[in-house]
Amino acid sequence: MNILLAGFGGQGILFTGKVIAYAGLMEGAEVSWLPSYGPEMRGGTANCSVCLSDNKIGSPLVTNPDVLVAMNLPSLEKFEKDVVPGGIIIVDSSIIEKKVSRTDVTTIYIPASEIAENAGIKGAANMVILGKLFKETSFCTAENLDKGLQKTIPARKMELLDKNRLCIRLGIEN
Amino acid sequence: MAEKVLMKGNEAIAEAAIAAGCRHFFGYPITPQTEVAAYMSKRMPKIGGVYLQGESEVASINMVLGAGAAGVRVMTSTSSPGISLMAEGISYIAGSEVPCLIVNVERGGPGLGGIQPSQSDYFQAVKATGHGDFHMLVFAPSTVQETVDLISDAFDLGDKFRIPTMILSDGLLGQMMEPVVLPEPKDPVDNKDWAAKGHQDKRKHNVINSLYIDPAELERKNRDRFEKYRIIQENEQRAEEYLADDAEIVLVAFGASSRIAHSAVDMARKKGIKAGLVRPITLWPFPEKFLNKHAAHAKVFLSVEMNMGQMVDDVRLAIRDSKPVRFFGRTGGIVPTPAEVLQQIEKLNGGEF
Repeated sequence: MNILLAGFGGQGILFTGKVIAYAGLMEGAEVSWLPSYGPEMRGGTANCSVCLSDNKIGSPLVTNPDVLVAMNLPSLEKFEKDVVPGGIIIVDSSIIEKKVSRTDVTTIYIPASEIAENAGIKGAANMVILGKLFKETSFCTAENLDKGLQKTIPARKMELLDKNRLCIRLGIEN
Repeated sequence: MAEKVLMKGNEAIAEAAIAAGCRHFFGYPITPQTEVAAYMSKRMPKIGGVYLQGESEVASINMVLGAGAAGVRVMTSTSSPGISLMAEGISYIAGSEVPCLIVNVERGGPGLGGIQPSQSDYFQAVKATGHGDFHMLVFAPSTVQETVDLISDAFDLGDKFRIPTMILSDGLLGQMMEPVVLPEPKDPVDNKDWAAKGHQDKRKHNVINSLYIDPAELERKNRDRFEKYRIIQENEQRAEEYLADDAEIVLVAFGASSRIAHSAVDMARKKGIKAGLVRPITLWPFPEKFLNKHAAHAKVFLSVEMNMGQMVDDVRLAIRDSKPVRFFGRTGGIVPTPAEVLQQIEKLNGGEF
Protein backbone atom coordinates (compact mmCIF):
# COMPACT_ATOMS: atom_id res chain seq x y z
CA MET A 1 0.00 0.00 0.00
CA ASN A 2 1.34 3.39 -1.02
CA ILE A 3 0.27 6.31 1.11
CA LEU A 4 0.79 10.01 0.47
CA LEU A 5 0.21 12.39 3.37
CA ALA A 6 0.16 16.08 2.59
CA GLY A 7 -0.57 19.34 4.36
CA PHE A 8 1.08 22.40 5.87
CA GLY A 9 4.37 22.14 7.72
CA GLY A 10 3.59 21.81 11.43
CA GLN A 11 0.49 19.65 11.06
CA GLY A 12 2.44 16.55 11.94
CA ILE A 13 2.46 15.09 8.44
CA LEU A 14 5.93 13.56 8.75
CA PHE A 15 5.20 12.30 12.25
CA THR A 16 2.00 10.57 11.10
CA GLY A 17 3.89 8.95 8.25
CA LYS A 18 6.48 7.69 10.68
CA VAL A 19 3.85 6.13 12.94
CA ILE A 20 2.41 4.32 9.92
CA ALA A 21 5.84 3.14 8.81
CA TYR A 22 6.77 1.93 12.30
CA ALA A 23 3.42 0.15 12.66
CA GLY A 24 4.10 -1.52 9.31
CA LEU A 25 7.54 -2.54 10.52
CA MET A 26 5.99 -4.08 13.65
CA GLU A 27 3.63 -5.92 11.30
CA GLY A 28 6.60 -7.46 9.52
CA ALA A 29 6.09 -5.54 6.28
CA GLU A 30 8.74 -3.94 4.11
CA VAL A 31 8.42 -0.21 4.73
CA SER A 32 9.82 3.10 3.54
CA TRP A 33 9.23 6.71 4.53
CA LEU A 34 10.27 9.65 2.41
CA PRO A 35 9.64 13.31 3.25
CA SER A 36 9.51 16.21 0.87
CA TYR A 37 12.35 18.54 1.77
CA GLY A 38 13.52 22.01 0.94
CA PRO A 39 11.68 25.20 0.11
CA GLU A 40 8.42 23.50 -0.91
CA MET A 41 7.90 22.70 2.76
CA ARG A 42 7.74 26.35 3.68
CA GLY A 43 4.15 27.45 3.33
CA GLY A 44 2.90 25.19 0.57
CA THR A 45 2.75 21.47 0.88
CA ALA A 46 4.80 19.36 3.22
CA ASN A 47 4.28 15.83 2.13
CA CYS A 48 5.44 12.41 2.99
CA SER A 49 5.45 9.11 1.06
CA VAL A 50 4.99 5.89 2.98
CA CYS A 51 5.16 2.46 1.33
CA LEU A 52 4.07 -0.75 3.03
CA SER A 53 4.65 -3.92 1.04
CA ASP A 54 5.17 -7.66 1.20
CA ASN A 55 7.95 -7.28 -1.35
CA LYS A 56 11.13 -5.28 -1.59
CA ILE A 57 10.25 -1.62 -2.10
CA GLY A 58 11.40 -0.07 -5.36
CA SER A 59 10.81 3.64 -5.52
CA PRO A 60 10.03 5.08 -2.08
CA LEU A 61 8.56 8.10 -3.83
CA VAL A 62 4.78 7.70 -4.06
CA THR A 63 3.58 9.26 -7.29
CA ASN A 64 0.26 7.36 -7.48
CA PRO A 65 -1.01 6.77 -3.96
CA ASP A 66 -3.53 4.13 -2.93
CA VAL A 67 -4.38 6.44 -0.06
CA LEU A 68 -4.10 10.22 -0.08
CA VAL A 69 -4.42 12.17 3.15
CA ALA A 70 -5.07 15.84 2.40
CA MET A 71 -4.78 18.26 5.29
CA ASN A 72 -4.89 21.48 3.30
CA LEU A 73 -6.43 22.72 0.06
CA PRO A 74 -3.20 23.05 -1.98
CA SER A 75 -2.42 19.41 -1.20
CA LEU A 76 -5.83 18.18 -2.29
CA GLU A 77 -5.65 20.22 -5.48
CA LYS A 78 -2.13 19.05 -6.23
CA PHE A 79 -2.52 15.32 -5.57
CA GLU A 80 -6.19 14.46 -6.15
CA LYS A 81 -5.57 13.53 -9.78
CA ASP A 82 -2.72 11.17 -8.87
CA VAL A 83 -4.67 8.75 -6.68
CA VAL A 84 -5.10 5.31 -8.27
CA PRO A 85 -8.65 4.48 -9.40
CA GLY A 86 -10.37 2.69 -6.54
CA GLY A 87 -8.10 4.43 -4.05
CA ILE A 88 -9.01 6.39 -0.95
CA ILE A 89 -8.84 10.12 -0.28
CA ILE A 90 -9.13 11.25 3.33
CA VAL A 91 -9.87 14.96 3.71
CA ASP A 92 -9.74 17.07 6.84
CA SER A 93 -13.08 18.77 6.19
CA SER A 94 -12.62 21.32 8.95
CA ILE A 95 -9.77 22.82 6.90
CA ILE A 96 -10.84 22.01 3.34
CA GLU A 97 -14.29 23.07 2.20
CA LYS A 98 -13.85 21.91 -1.37
CA LYS A 99 -15.27 18.53 -2.35
CA VAL A 100 -13.31 15.89 -4.22
CA SER A 101 -14.44 15.89 -7.84
CA ARG A 102 -13.34 12.37 -8.73
CA THR A 103 -15.96 9.64 -8.63
CA ASP A 104 -13.68 6.64 -9.11
CA VAL A 105 -12.20 6.88 -5.61
CA THR A 106 -13.61 6.51 -2.10
CA THR A 107 -13.61 9.89 -0.40
CA ILE A 108 -13.81 10.26 3.35
CA TYR A 109 -14.49 13.66 4.87
CA ILE A 110 -13.65 13.96 8.53
CA PRO A 111 -13.55 17.23 10.49
CA ALA A 112 -10.32 16.10 12.13
CA SER A 113 -9.10 19.49 13.36
CA GLU A 114 -12.48 20.19 14.96
CA ILE A 115 -12.63 16.77 16.60
CA ALA A 116 -9.16 17.18 18.05
CA GLU A 117 -9.91 20.69 19.27
CA ASN A 118 -13.17 19.61 20.89
CA ALA A 119 -11.25 16.92 22.71
CA GLY A 120 -8.98 19.66 24.02
CA ILE A 121 -5.96 18.59 21.99
CA LYS A 122 -5.44 21.27 19.41
CA GLY A 123 -3.02 20.29 16.70
CA ALA A 124 -3.66 16.56 16.90
CA ALA A 125 -5.86 16.40 13.80
CA ASN A 126 -3.17 14.21 12.28
CA MET A 127 -3.85 11.50 14.87
CA VAL A 128 -7.60 11.69 14.24
CA ILE A 129 -6.87 11.18 10.55
CA LEU A 130 -4.54 8.31 11.40
CA GLY A 131 -7.35 6.62 13.33
CA LYS A 132 -9.62 7.03 10.32
CA LEU A 133 -6.99 5.70 7.94
CA PHE A 134 -6.45 2.71 10.21
CA LYS A 135 -10.17 1.99 10.34
CA GLU A 136 -10.63 2.25 6.57
CA THR A 137 -7.58 0.27 5.49
CA SER A 138 -6.70 -2.03 8.44
CA PHE A 139 -3.08 -1.65 7.35
CA CYS A 140 -1.95 -3.16 10.65
CA THR A 141 -3.34 -4.54 13.91
CA ALA A 142 -4.48 -2.17 16.67
CA GLU A 143 -1.65 -3.48 18.80
CA ASN A 144 0.97 -2.70 16.18
CA LEU A 145 -0.51 0.74 15.57
CA ASP A 146 -0.02 1.50 19.24
CA LYS A 147 3.51 0.12 19.14
CA GLY A 148 4.20 2.30 16.13
CA LEU A 149 2.99 5.31 18.07
CA GLN A 150 5.14 4.47 21.06
CA LYS A 151 8.21 4.04 18.84
CA THR A 152 7.63 7.38 17.14
CA ILE A 153 6.97 9.67 20.09
CA PRO A 154 10.32 10.87 21.38
CA ALA A 155 11.10 9.89 24.98
CA ARG A 156 10.96 13.48 26.19
CA LYS A 157 7.39 13.84 24.96
CA MET A 158 6.02 10.55 26.23
CA GLU A 159 3.44 12.40 28.33
CA LEU A 160 1.62 13.06 25.05
CA LEU A 161 1.14 9.35 24.37
CA ASP A 162 -2.34 9.10 25.88
CA LYS A 163 -3.55 12.25 24.16
CA ASN A 164 -2.43 10.83 20.84
CA ARG A 165 -4.12 7.54 21.65
CA LEU A 166 -7.34 9.37 22.42
CA CYS A 167 -7.27 11.19 19.09
CA ILE A 168 -6.61 7.98 17.20
CA ARG A 169 -9.65 6.47 18.94
CA LEU A 170 -11.77 9.48 18.03
CA GLY A 171 -10.71 9.02 14.43
CA ILE A 172 -11.74 5.39 14.52
CA GLU A 173 -15.11 6.21 16.07
CA ASN A 174 -16.07 9.23 13.98
CA MET B 1 20.02 -10.16 16.13
CA ALA B 2 19.83 -6.50 17.01
CA GLU B 3 16.50 -4.76 16.72
CA LYS B 4 15.36 -3.27 13.43
CA VAL B 5 14.87 0.47 13.75
CA LEU B 6 13.55 3.03 11.32
CA MET B 7 16.29 5.45 10.43
CA LYS B 8 16.93 8.16 7.92
CA GLY B 9 19.69 7.28 5.47
CA ASN B 10 21.74 10.27 6.57
CA GLU B 11 21.51 9.47 10.26
CA ALA B 12 22.29 5.83 9.58
CA ILE B 13 25.47 6.93 7.78
CA ALA B 14 26.59 8.76 10.92
CA GLU B 15 25.70 5.95 13.30
CA ALA B 16 27.36 3.32 11.10
CA ALA B 17 30.54 5.37 10.92
CA ILE B 18 30.60 5.65 14.71
CA ALA B 19 30.07 1.89 14.99
CA ALA B 20 33.01 1.41 12.61
CA GLY B 21 35.21 3.32 15.04
CA CYS B 22 35.14 6.75 13.43
CA ARG B 23 35.61 9.43 16.07
CA HIS B 24 36.53 12.37 13.88
CA PHE B 25 34.11 14.26 11.68
CA PHE B 26 34.77 17.49 9.83
CA GLY B 27 32.22 19.06 7.55
CA TYR B 28 30.08 21.93 6.47
CA PRO B 29 26.28 21.87 6.19
CA ILE B 30 24.51 21.50 2.86
CA THR B 31 21.13 20.10 1.84
CA PRO B 32 20.30 17.22 1.45
CA GLN B 33 23.18 15.95 3.59
CA THR B 34 22.93 18.08 6.72
CA GLU B 35 21.44 15.36 8.97
CA VAL B 36 24.77 13.51 8.85
CA ALA B 37 26.57 16.48 10.35
CA ALA B 38 23.71 17.31 12.73
CA TYR B 39 23.69 13.74 14.04
CA MET B 40 27.47 13.75 14.45
CA SER B 41 27.37 17.05 16.32
CA LYS B 42 25.06 15.46 18.89
CA ARG B 43 26.79 12.10 19.20
CA MET B 44 30.52 12.80 18.93
CA PRO B 45 30.89 14.89 22.10
CA LYS B 46 29.13 12.15 24.08
CA ILE B 47 31.53 9.41 22.99
CA GLY B 48 34.80 11.28 23.22
CA GLY B 49 34.91 12.05 19.52
CA VAL B 50 35.49 15.22 17.57
CA TYR B 51 32.82 17.03 15.60
CA LEU B 52 33.98 20.17 13.96
CA GLN B 53 32.23 22.40 11.46
CA GLY B 54 34.93 24.00 9.36
CA GLU B 55 34.54 27.49 7.98
CA SER B 56 34.06 25.91 4.54
CA GLU B 57 34.29 22.61 2.69
CA VAL B 58 37.86 23.51 1.75
CA ALA B 59 38.85 23.81 5.38
CA SER B 60 36.94 20.70 6.38
CA ILE B 61 38.58 18.39 3.84
CA ASN B 62 42.02 19.63 4.89
CA MET B 63 41.14 18.81 8.50
CA VAL B 64 40.25 15.34 7.24
CA LEU B 65 43.69 15.11 5.63
CA GLY B 66 45.35 16.11 8.90
CA ALA B 67 43.40 13.69 11.06
CA GLY B 68 43.82 10.87 8.55
CA ALA B 69 47.56 11.52 8.42
CA ALA B 70 47.63 11.14 12.20
CA GLY B 71 46.16 7.66 11.73
CA VAL B 72 42.62 8.04 13.04
CA ARG B 73 39.40 6.98 11.33
CA VAL B 74 38.03 10.18 9.89
CA MET B 75 35.23 11.20 7.60
CA THR B 76 33.43 14.09 6.03
CA SER B 77 30.11 14.33 4.29
CA THR B 78 28.68 16.87 1.92
CA SER B 79 26.54 17.19 -1.17
CA SER B 80 27.56 17.77 -4.77
CA PRO B 81 28.75 21.42 -4.78
CA GLY B 82 30.61 20.63 -1.58
CA ILE B 83 32.58 17.86 -3.28
CA SER B 84 33.64 20.29 -5.98
CA LEU B 85 35.00 22.57 -3.28
CA MET B 86 36.77 19.63 -1.66
CA ALA B 87 38.30 18.43 -4.92
CA GLU B 88 41.74 19.89 -4.27
CA GLY B 89 41.91 18.41 -0.77
CA ILE B 90 40.77 15.01 -1.98
CA SER B 91 43.56 15.01 -4.55
CA TYR B 92 46.07 15.87 -1.81
CA ILE B 93 44.64 13.06 0.33
CA ALA B 94 44.99 10.58 -2.53
CA GLY B 95 48.53 11.81 -3.25
CA SER B 96 49.44 11.54 0.42
CA GLU B 97 47.93 8.03 0.55
CA VAL B 98 45.76 8.87 3.51
CA PRO B 99 42.66 6.77 4.13
CA CYS B 100 39.41 8.57 4.90
CA LEU B 101 35.72 8.29 4.14
CA ILE B 102 33.99 10.89 1.99
CA VAL B 103 30.22 10.82 1.70
CA ASN B 104 28.43 12.55 -1.15
CA VAL B 105 24.65 12.82 -0.78
CA GLU B 106 24.12 13.96 -4.33
CA ARG B 107 21.78 16.71 -5.49
CA GLY B 108 21.10 18.07 -8.96
CA GLY B 109 23.78 20.10 -10.77
CA PRO B 110 25.76 21.69 -12.33
CA GLY B 111 26.42 24.81 -10.29
CA LEU B 112 24.23 25.29 -7.28
CA GLY B 113 21.74 23.21 -9.27
CA GLY B 114 18.90 22.06 -7.07
CA ILE B 115 18.47 20.20 -3.83
CA GLN B 116 16.49 17.20 -5.05
CA PRO B 117 18.04 13.73 -5.55
CA SER B 118 20.42 13.18 -8.44
CA GLN B 119 23.24 10.93 -9.64
CA SER B 120 24.96 13.52 -11.72
CA ASP B 121 28.27 13.29 -9.89
CA TYR B 122 29.07 9.88 -11.35
CA PHE B 123 31.85 11.24 -13.58
CA GLN B 124 33.25 13.26 -10.71
CA ALA B 125 33.24 10.30 -8.34
CA VAL B 126 34.78 7.70 -10.64
CA LYS B 127 36.85 9.68 -13.14
CA ALA B 128 38.20 12.86 -11.63
CA THR B 129 37.36 13.95 -8.11
CA GLY B 130 40.45 16.12 -8.27
CA HIS B 131 43.59 16.65 -10.34
CA GLY B 132 46.23 14.02 -10.92
CA ASP B 133 46.55 10.28 -11.39
CA PHE B 134 44.30 8.75 -8.77
CA HIS B 135 41.13 6.84 -8.00
CA MET B 136 38.92 6.34 -5.01
CA LEU B 137 37.02 3.23 -4.10
CA VAL B 138 33.44 4.33 -4.71
CA PHE B 139 30.49 2.49 -3.22
CA ALA B 140 26.90 3.08 -4.36
CA PRO B 141 24.42 1.67 -1.84
CA SER B 142 20.77 1.32 -2.79
CA THR B 143 19.12 0.91 0.61
CA VAL B 144 19.65 2.37 4.06
CA GLN B 145 20.76 -1.06 5.31
CA GLU B 146 23.30 -1.42 2.53
CA THR B 147 24.60 2.08 3.23
CA VAL B 148 25.24 1.05 6.82
CA ASP B 149 26.92 -2.20 5.80
CA LEU B 150 29.18 -0.56 3.22
CA ILE B 151 30.47 2.12 5.57
CA SER B 152 32.36 -0.39 7.64
CA ASP B 153 33.83 -1.95 4.46
CA ALA B 154 34.73 1.47 3.12
CA PHE B 155 36.73 2.29 6.25
CA ASP B 156 38.41 -1.14 6.31
CA LEU B 157 39.39 -1.12 2.64
CA GLY B 158 40.52 2.49 2.86
CA ASP B 159 42.88 1.52 5.68
CA LYS B 160 44.01 -1.63 3.91
CA PHE B 161 45.00 0.17 0.73
CA ARG B 162 45.71 3.62 2.17
CA ILE B 163 43.25 5.30 -0.16
CA PRO B 164 40.29 7.64 0.24
CA THR B 165 36.95 5.89 -0.18
CA MET B 166 33.59 7.35 -1.09
CA ILE B 167 29.99 6.49 -0.37
CA LEU B 168 27.98 7.90 -3.25
CA SER B 169 24.48 8.41 -1.88
CA ASP B 170 21.80 10.82 -3.02
CA GLY B 171 18.97 12.95 -1.66
CA LEU B 172 16.53 10.08 -1.91
CA LEU B 173 18.62 7.57 0.04
CA GLY B 174 19.74 10.23 2.49
CA GLN B 175 16.28 11.54 3.32
CA MET B 176 14.28 8.32 3.33
CA MET B 177 13.73 6.12 6.34
CA GLU B 178 13.95 2.37 6.11
CA PRO B 179 14.27 -0.38 8.68
CA VAL B 180 17.88 -0.99 9.53
CA VAL B 181 19.87 -3.22 11.84
CA LEU B 182 22.84 -1.28 13.11
CA PRO B 183 26.17 -3.08 13.30
CA GLU B 184 27.89 -3.94 16.56
CA PRO B 185 30.44 -1.27 17.47
CA LYS B 186 34.03 -2.24 16.78
CA ASP B 187 37.45 -0.88 17.46
CA PRO B 188 39.55 -0.69 14.31
CA VAL B 189 42.90 -2.44 14.44
CA ASP B 190 45.62 0.16 14.83
CA ASN B 191 48.32 -0.99 12.47
CA LYS B 192 49.07 2.32 10.78
CA ASP B 193 52.81 2.32 11.24
CA TRP B 194 53.05 4.89 8.45
CA ALA B 195 50.98 7.48 10.31
CA ALA B 196 52.34 10.69 11.84
CA LYS B 197 51.28 9.98 15.39
CA GLY B 198 54.41 10.61 17.39
CA HIS B 199 57.70 8.70 17.08
CA GLN B 200 58.74 9.07 20.74
CA ASP B 201 62.37 9.04 19.59
CA LYS B 202 62.01 5.35 18.83
CA ARG B 203 61.90 5.52 15.06
CA LYS B 204 62.48 7.90 12.17
CA HIS B 205 59.64 10.32 11.77
CA ASN B 206 56.97 9.54 9.18
CA VAL B 207 56.36 12.05 6.44
CA ILE B 208 52.89 12.39 4.94
CA ASN B 209 53.15 14.47 1.81
CA SER B 210 51.90 14.76 -1.74
CA LEU B 211 54.74 16.92 -3.07
CA TYR B 212 57.37 15.13 -5.17
CA ILE B 213 59.48 17.60 -7.11
CA ASP B 214 61.61 14.90 -8.73
CA PRO B 215 59.64 13.60 -11.74
CA ALA B 216 61.18 10.14 -11.47
CA GLU B 217 60.11 9.84 -7.87
CA LEU B 218 56.60 11.09 -8.62
CA GLU B 219 56.30 8.66 -11.50
CA ARG B 220 57.38 5.83 -9.23
CA LYS B 221 54.86 6.90 -6.59
CA ASN B 222 52.08 6.98 -9.16
CA ARG B 223 53.04 3.62 -10.63
CA ASP B 224 53.11 2.09 -7.15
CA ARG B 225 49.68 3.50 -6.44
CA PHE B 226 48.32 2.17 -9.70
CA GLU B 227 49.63 -1.26 -8.79
CA LYS B 228 47.33 -1.02 -5.75
CA TYR B 229 44.51 0.05 -8.02
CA ARG B 230 45.13 -3.00 -10.22
CA ILE B 231 44.76 -5.27 -7.18
CA ILE B 232 41.59 -3.43 -6.17
CA GLN B 233 40.16 -3.78 -9.68
CA GLU B 234 40.89 -7.48 -9.60
CA ASN B 235 39.46 -8.22 -6.16
CA GLU B 236 37.00 -5.59 -5.09
CA GLN B 237 34.44 -5.39 -7.90
CA ARG B 238 30.97 -5.77 -6.47
CA ALA B 239 27.54 -5.97 -8.07
CA GLU B 240 24.17 -7.53 -7.49
CA GLU B 241 22.52 -9.47 -10.29
CA TYR B 242 18.74 -9.76 -10.42
CA LEU B 243 17.05 -12.09 -12.94
CA ALA B 244 20.02 -11.42 -15.19
CA ASP B 245 20.98 -15.00 -16.06
CA ASP B 246 18.52 -15.43 -18.92
CA ALA B 247 17.89 -11.76 -19.57
CA GLU B 248 17.71 -10.46 -23.11
CA ILE B 249 17.42 -6.89 -21.89
CA VAL B 250 19.94 -6.20 -19.15
CA LEU B 251 19.34 -3.04 -17.17
CA VAL B 252 22.32 -1.45 -15.46
CA ALA B 253 21.54 0.90 -12.59
CA PHE B 254 23.07 1.85 -9.25
CA GLY B 255 21.85 3.49 -6.06
CA ALA B 256 18.40 5.06 -6.04
CA SER B 257 17.76 4.48 -9.74
CA SER B 258 18.47 0.76 -9.32
CA ARG B 259 15.44 0.54 -7.03
CA ILE B 260 13.27 1.88 -9.83
CA ALA B 261 14.96 -0.39 -12.38
CA HIS B 262 14.33 -3.35 -10.07
CA SER B 263 10.59 -2.58 -10.02
CA ALA B 264 10.58 -2.10 -13.80
CA VAL B 265 12.24 -5.51 -14.28
CA ASP B 266 9.50 -7.11 -12.16
CA MET B 267 6.83 -5.39 -14.25
CA ALA B 268 8.51 -6.50 -17.49
CA ARG B 269 8.80 -10.11 -16.30
CA LYS B 270 5.07 -10.14 -15.54
CA LYS B 271 4.54 -9.25 -19.17
CA GLY B 272 6.78 -12.11 -20.24
CA ILE B 273 9.70 -9.88 -21.23
CA LYS B 274 13.10 -11.31 -20.33
CA ALA B 275 14.53 -8.33 -18.50
CA GLY B 276 17.15 -8.41 -15.76
CA LEU B 277 19.28 -6.05 -13.74
CA VAL B 278 22.95 -5.73 -12.92
CA ARG B 279 23.39 -3.28 -10.08
CA PRO B 280 26.93 -2.01 -9.60
CA ILE B 281 27.72 -1.73 -5.89
CA THR B 282 31.24 -0.49 -6.58
CA LEU B 283 31.35 2.23 -9.23
CA TRP B 284 35.11 2.29 -9.08
CA PRO B 285 36.26 -0.34 -9.64
CA PHE B 286 33.46 -0.72 -12.17
CA PRO B 287 32.08 -4.28 -11.95
CA GLU B 288 33.09 -5.31 -15.48
CA LYS B 289 33.19 -8.99 -14.58
CA PHE B 290 29.51 -8.98 -13.66
CA LEU B 291 28.46 -7.22 -16.83
CA ASN B 292 30.62 -9.34 -19.07
CA LYS B 293 28.94 -12.48 -17.79
CA HIS B 294 25.72 -11.36 -19.41
CA ALA B 295 27.03 -9.91 -22.67
CA ALA B 296 26.65 -13.25 -24.47
CA HIS B 297 22.93 -13.77 -23.86
CA ALA B 298 21.84 -10.13 -23.74
CA LYS B 299 20.42 -8.52 -26.84
CA VAL B 300 20.79 -5.03 -25.48
CA PHE B 301 21.85 -3.19 -22.31
CA LEU B 302 19.89 -0.30 -20.84
CA SER B 303 21.62 2.06 -18.45
CA VAL B 304 19.10 3.73 -16.12
CA GLU B 305 20.43 6.76 -14.29
CA MET B 306 19.42 10.01 -12.63
CA ASN B 307 21.69 12.05 -14.90
CA MET B 308 22.29 12.46 -18.63
CA GLY B 309 23.96 9.09 -19.12
CA GLN B 310 27.28 9.34 -17.34
CA MET B 311 27.65 5.57 -16.78
CA VAL B 312 26.95 4.56 -20.39
CA ASP B 313 30.60 4.66 -21.49
CA ASP B 314 31.66 2.43 -18.62
CA VAL B 315 29.02 -0.14 -19.57
CA ARG B 316 30.19 -0.03 -23.20
CA LEU B 317 33.82 -0.49 -22.15
CA ALA B 318 32.92 -3.30 -19.78
CA ILE B 319 31.24 -5.34 -22.49
CA ARG B 320 33.71 -4.14 -25.15
CA ASP B 321 30.81 -2.76 -27.19
CA SER B 322 29.76 -6.32 -27.98
CA LYS B 323 26.08 -5.35 -27.64
CA PRO B 324 24.22 -2.08 -28.02
CA VAL B 325 24.03 0.02 -24.86
CA ARG B 326 21.06 2.35 -24.58
CA PHE B 327 20.21 4.95 -21.96
CA PHE B 328 17.21 6.20 -20.08
CA GLY B 329 17.40 8.77 -17.36
CA ARG B 330 15.85 11.75 -15.66
CA THR B 331 17.92 14.59 -14.34
CA GLY B 332 17.76 17.83 -12.41
CA GLY B 333 16.31 16.19 -9.31
CA ILE B 334 13.54 14.17 -10.98
CA VAL B 335 13.26 10.54 -9.94
CA PRO B 336 12.20 8.29 -12.84
CA THR B 337 9.12 6.13 -12.36
CA PRO B 338 9.08 2.36 -12.89
CA ALA B 339 6.41 2.88 -15.58
CA GLU B 340 8.74 5.16 -17.55
CA VAL B 341 11.52 2.59 -17.39
CA LEU B 342 9.12 -0.21 -18.37
CA GLN B 343 8.17 1.79 -21.44
CA GLN B 344 11.83 1.83 -22.48
CA ILE B 345 12.13 -1.91 -21.87
CA GLU B 346 9.07 -2.54 -24.02
CA LYS B 347 10.50 -0.45 -26.84
CA LEU B 348 13.74 -2.41 -26.73
CA ASN B 349 11.81 -5.67 -26.55
CA GLY B 350 10.03 -4.65 -29.74
CA GLY B 351 13.41 -4.54 -31.43
CA GLU B 352 13.60 -0.76 -31.37
CA PHE B 353 17.24 -0.34 -30.39
